Amino acid sequence: MHETEITKIVPATAWPSLELGELWRNRELLYFLTWRDVKIRYKQTVIGIAWAVLQPVLTTAVFTLIFSRFAKFDTADVPYPLFALSGLMVWLFVHTSVTMASGSFIGNTNLVTKIYFPRIILPLAATFAALFDLFFSLLILVLMMLYYGRGITRAAALAPVFLVISLVLAAAFGILFSALNVRFRDVKFALPFLLQVWMIASPIFYPLSIVSGSARLLLAINPLTGILEGFRSALFGTEFDLPVIAISLISTGVIALLSLFVFKWMEDDFADIV
Amino acid sequence: MRAVHAENISKLYYLGERAPNSLRDAIGKIASFARKPDDAHKLWALRDLTFDVADGETVGIIGHNGAGKSTLLKILSRITKPTSGRAEIRGRVGSLLEVGTGFHKELTGRENIFLNGAILGMKRTEILARFDEIVAFSEIEKFLDTPVKHYSSGMYMRLAFSVAAHLEPEVLIVDEVLAVGDVGFQKKCLSKMREVGASGRTVLFVSHDMSAITRLCERAIWLEHGRMRVDGEATDVVSAYLHEQSQTGSERSWTDPSSAPGNEVTRLRHVRVINEAGVTQSSADIRKPVGVEMTYDVITDGKILVPNLHFYNEQGICIFISHDWDGGWRDRPRSSGTYKSTVWIPGNFLAEGTIFVTAAVSTYKPLTVHFVARDAVTFRIIDSLDGDSARGDYAGLLPGIVRPKLHWETENR
Repeated sequence: MHETEITKIVPATAWPSLELGELWRNRELLYFLTWRDVKIRYKQTVIGIAWAVLQPVLTTAVFTLIFSRFAKFDTADVPYPLFALSGLMVWLFVHTSVTMASGSFIGNTNLVTKIYFPRIILPLAATFAALFDLFFSLLILVLMMLYYGRGITRAAALAPVFLVISLVLAAAFGILFSALNVRFRDVKFALPFLLQVWMIASPIFYPLSIVSGSARLLLAINPLTGILEGFRSALFGTEFDLPVIAISLISTGVIALLSLFVFKWMEDDFADIV
Repeated sequence: MRAVHAENISKLYYLGERAPNSLRDAIGKIASFARKPDDAHKLWALRDLTFDVADGETVGIIGHNGAGKSTLLKILSRITKPTSGRAEIRGRVGSLLEVGTGFHKELTGRENIFLNGAILGMKRTEILARFDEIVAFSEIEKFLDTPVKHYSSGMYMRLAFSVAAHLEPEVLIVDEVLAVGDVGFQKKCLSKMREVGASGRTVLFVSHDMSAITRLCERAIWLEHGRMRVDGEATDVVSAYLHEQSQTGSERSWTDPSSAPGNEVTRLRHVRVINEAGVTQSSADIRKPVGVEMTYDVITDGKILVPNLHFYNEQGICIFISHDWDGGWRDRPRSSGTYKSTVWIPGNFLAEGTIFVTAAVSTYKPLTVHFVARDAVTFRIIDSLDGDSARGDYAGLLPGIVRPKLHWETENR
């Protein structure tokens, strides 16, 4: 005999609980929805998952052409294509997952209105599905590092840590915009613009070294700044800019908590208004 | 042991412009001091609903569109939260508010079984254990690895229902999912549902199909404007509901050809219930013959047409269907014009109660249904208890779909 499950149904409360237990019980659903998002992402495309490789490669090529030849950013001893790809792969991951997650409710209306599951699973699945692309970018990065003869140093072991932080950041913005999008369809128009501004404001195609010390700390409020700096330092064995990383970490944490709060606060009437 | 306990469940929806749907509305709302929406824009989908469902009970939920049936199921399925009140459900809940929720057309049948199973709340191991059963029930073995976008709608529904049917919850919540698929498959679904009910599981079932409700449920709840109207034995509740529903009288005309039932071959004009004198009547003595007369226009020359009338009782059970086989028009192509066909039901044949008549005209070679006017007219059969009906001297409850007065012989040997 198994224990009888008891479902309690109560009105929405002002301070919703996180229901992490519910999330854990539904982990298989998270897995299946992630798997679905990965499977259908490149369906009906001619070259299929080759897109996962082409996107970072082509963007890196374009950036290299523009910024290393004309703008001539000083990336110390790191070859510019390598520098650009390391930043781009993180950016493309954040960009893809936030974009996909933001549409996860309005694109799955029947799931939301016809079945119960912890709502947060939908945007999370979209975020996790974007990890698939990140994996391919990582593969290309490793190949390029070998090509440029850069050994994999001991510090490189820390690189995944920064990818995990970028995952937290992407998931946070994903759930935030997915929730806002249910109520405010303005998100559809505002988000691409916000992402564009965010990309330019982040040290993706330029090194943080182009600004002075105190300005760096200000830029570090943008969580991507610290993530990119840390990721590159780990990869290329340069010195970690600890204050910048610390500020970005705090910033990531604050964003994650705020997003979670907004999401939990809004999710109760998703089924009624989506 | 009670499986479901609901206490004062209410659900309020805001209609119209009040609920902020875009940023500008929200800003406007904050600016206006978060004014409370006025009453005109409030809609109570459910109001103070209290009921218990015992373990193993099968309960049907009926009512008009907008009575709150779906809202109730959504609250019990946890899709949306009640505005006030609370409920408790004991046992694993499986809810089927739609067949094939989460199916993705780009994925294969096999992939969709796993995805849909997970969405319905099945564990991967459970899906694996029942995989063969699910496939066998759906009859789509050959197309298991074909994307479902290439399926016919019938195959799609079969696969979707099969996954749902193998969910095996302790409390099953079902919304009208049986309204889909072909007749054969509907039968299969109904028997599967009966199986679920018979195996001691608790079922809450919303349907507009009254005969499905009376066949599957012991008890029914009738909702009206979000409140409980009647809660009782299914047959009683359904019959009371149908009785009130039948705003259609004993005579009906279609004056506007564009909205009349029909096609380019024939079109319905008029249906009425008559007595032997040819006068329209809304109730008939159980001992007297009842005539149902249909008038229709034949627009296209040269078709063989068979008018037919279907008689249903209050439980939605078809009492019988009668075709015009014997008239002089059985094999005779009709020229255009207006026709009147009447069928006579003998006295001492129908049981007491409300009879719902569906009028149709078909062609059988090849089978074409030109029109079907559901519940075109209704009439009541009344037994005045004079002692010479089939009741004899018994005045109590007398079940039975028909009530023929038959010849009895008793000998004293």
